[in-house]
Amino acid sequence: MTKAKVNPNGDFWERNRKSDGYLLKKTVLKYFVSIARFILLFGMCFMILQPIFNKISVSFMTIQDLNNPTIISIPENPTTENYQMAAKLMSYSQSVLNSFGIALAIAVVQITVTTLAGYGFARFEFPLKKFWFACVMLIILIPPQTISTSLFLHFRFFDIFGLIKLLTGDTINLRGSALPYFLMSLGCMGLKNGLYIYMIRQFFRNIPKELEEAAYVDGCGTLMTFVRIMLPDAKPILTSCFLFSFVWQWTDGYYSKLFLGNVKLVSTELSRLVDSLGAFLMREMGTTVTVPLSYSNAILSTGTLMIILPLIILYLFAQRGFVESLSSSGIKM
Amino acid sequence: MKKQKNTLAGLQKRKAISGYIFISPFLIGFLIFMVKPLFQSLYMSFCNVEIAAGVINPVFCKIDQYKFALTIDPNYNRLLVEEFTRMLTNSLAIMVFSFFVSLILNQEFKGRALVRAIFFLPVILSSGVILGLESNNSLMAQLQVNIQEAASGISITGTLESILRTTNITWGVRAFEEVFKLIDGIYDVAIASGIQIIIFLSGLQTISASMYEAADIEGCTAWESLWKITFPMISSMFLVNWVYTIIDFCMRSDNQVIDKINTVMITDINYGLASAMSWIYFVIVMAFVGITSLLISKGVYYYD
Repeated sequence: MTKAKVNPNGDFWERNRKSDGYLLKKTVLKYFVSIARFILLFGMCFMILQPIFNKISVSFMTIQDLNNPTIISIPENPTTENYQMAAKLMSYSQSVLNSFGIALAIAVVQITVTTLAGYGFARFEFPLKKFWFACVMLIILIPPQTISTSLFLHFRFFDIFGLIKLLTGDTINLRGSALPYFLMSLGCMGLKNGLYIYMIRQFFRNIPKELEEAAYVDGCGTLMTFVRIMLPDAKPILTSCFLFSFVWQWTDGYYSKLFLGNVKLVSTELSRLVDSLGAFLMREMGTTVTVPLSYSNAILSTGTLMIILPLIILYLFAQRGFVESLSSSGIKM
Repeated sequence: MKKQKNTLAGLQKRKAISGYIFISPFLIGFLIFMVKPLFQSLYMSFCNVEIAAGVINPVFCKIDQYKFALTIDPNYNRLLVEEFTRMLTNSLAIMVFSFFVSLILNQEFKGRALVRAIFFLPVILSSGVILGLESNNSLMAQLQVNIQEAASGISITGTLESILRTTNITWGVRAFEEVFKLIDGIYDVAIASGIQIIIFLSGLQTISASMYEAADIEGCTAWESLWKITFPMISSMFLVNWVYTIIDFCMRSDNQVIDKINTVMITDINYGLASAMSWIYFVIVMAFVGITSLLISKGVYYYD
């Protein structure tokens, strides 16, 4: 194709004539396709990015700007007041710290156990394997809401086979601490853990068996083979699963509300941001006030931006490995 | 000969034991945190759960909770039907959209990495509470509707919609309405299809290019090879994606049925009713997933 561009036009027409108009048809079609693709992709990318741009512009506006119909995207008097307000309402630094700690710890725990389970399912033959794998599929399929009621009670009146009640005379209320969630993560029952097991299993299945057999022949034990040979190979999929786990934990409102109701987390703080704004203004004014819709929306946008900012930074750093590993070797079903 | 067989059996046994050790975290977790709560919640859905002074007291009441949820509760039925139709249309749209986008993203063009990065951004940004915030904000939604109404005279889609509405097609007015809803909500569809695009892409990349080359030389057009090569080769992905899409939709935080269940459980502290409601929902979704995936798996082609 480049040849046609470099050569004088006559040559192109010459070749076109020789090919009975086929070359012209092909070239036109090719340019048409790429222009159409460009327009389509540009539109869709804009559609995905537009809300973020919109939030950014709103987050810098003052109340006057928000209510001024002539201002659409560029604020007249840019201000960072919204950021300060949102940070104060969400206790930003503290909740980010909490969220970061919990999301990191949970992600590490979840990926460790799901990797073990995924490897077990991928590389060993044992009785009832099909049945247990069906159970993995089941935990992917069961919405957590179905069992949330009894989990809630399970941890509200926590007991291990009646032992604790025997010793102290009462059950423990584990609700409000992070412990139940860690226990669940240890048992592969965290948020979307079935999906991670599935993905990791698929990945391990695609690593050639010879690699493992060579290690066994050289005298490596099962655990050693796993740690030394298989884990380094699985880095891409582990990175993606880790990212998924971290991000989903970071933004998860469901389990956080269920188990970590008392801990200040970014997700829960964000979901009640508008209410806390109302409460804050009421305290300031001393009377009940209706928060202007535009203002509460601006604060909400600012809060959302502040919450996703750490994720975007993380994503930018990990984007390449993340996307490529997932689409090239991650999930083959 | 016999001895050899024995050692093999020993090795197999060792492997089986190692296998069980590796999956033991899953087994323990499954038994403690899944099986017990699952049965408990099933039992509770047939009970009237009273909580007094920290003691749970389930009183067996047969199917009263189910009756209440389905016949007496004013909202549950309506929400169930609404969410189900929304799930159906949205899942179909997500499948089509993600398949289409992954076909485009699989081609070679400049800036592909950037475009891919943007398309996968929703995987991260549309999770958890952030998704719920946008749609929970009902006042915002109202405002949006007002703006759209005011602007409908000048938008191309609005004019098109009104033209299509006024044409005399009596059989498909409702279908048209659904399609319009989808087109208006294309952002939701795009946002929800990040993972599906990744799964389709990974499937598309396993198809060897030589197949298309061979088809091209034999005189196959691109349209034909889409149907004859691409579709059969990634048909298993359709199954996976379909199941994933439905499940994902059911667990999203902007789902009204889930919202209702949460309200009943946490605000009204009516555990029995909440369990019954979630079991009804679960059974419906599972039945739907089961039937549709059975139908799809009939058409799945395995390349072995």
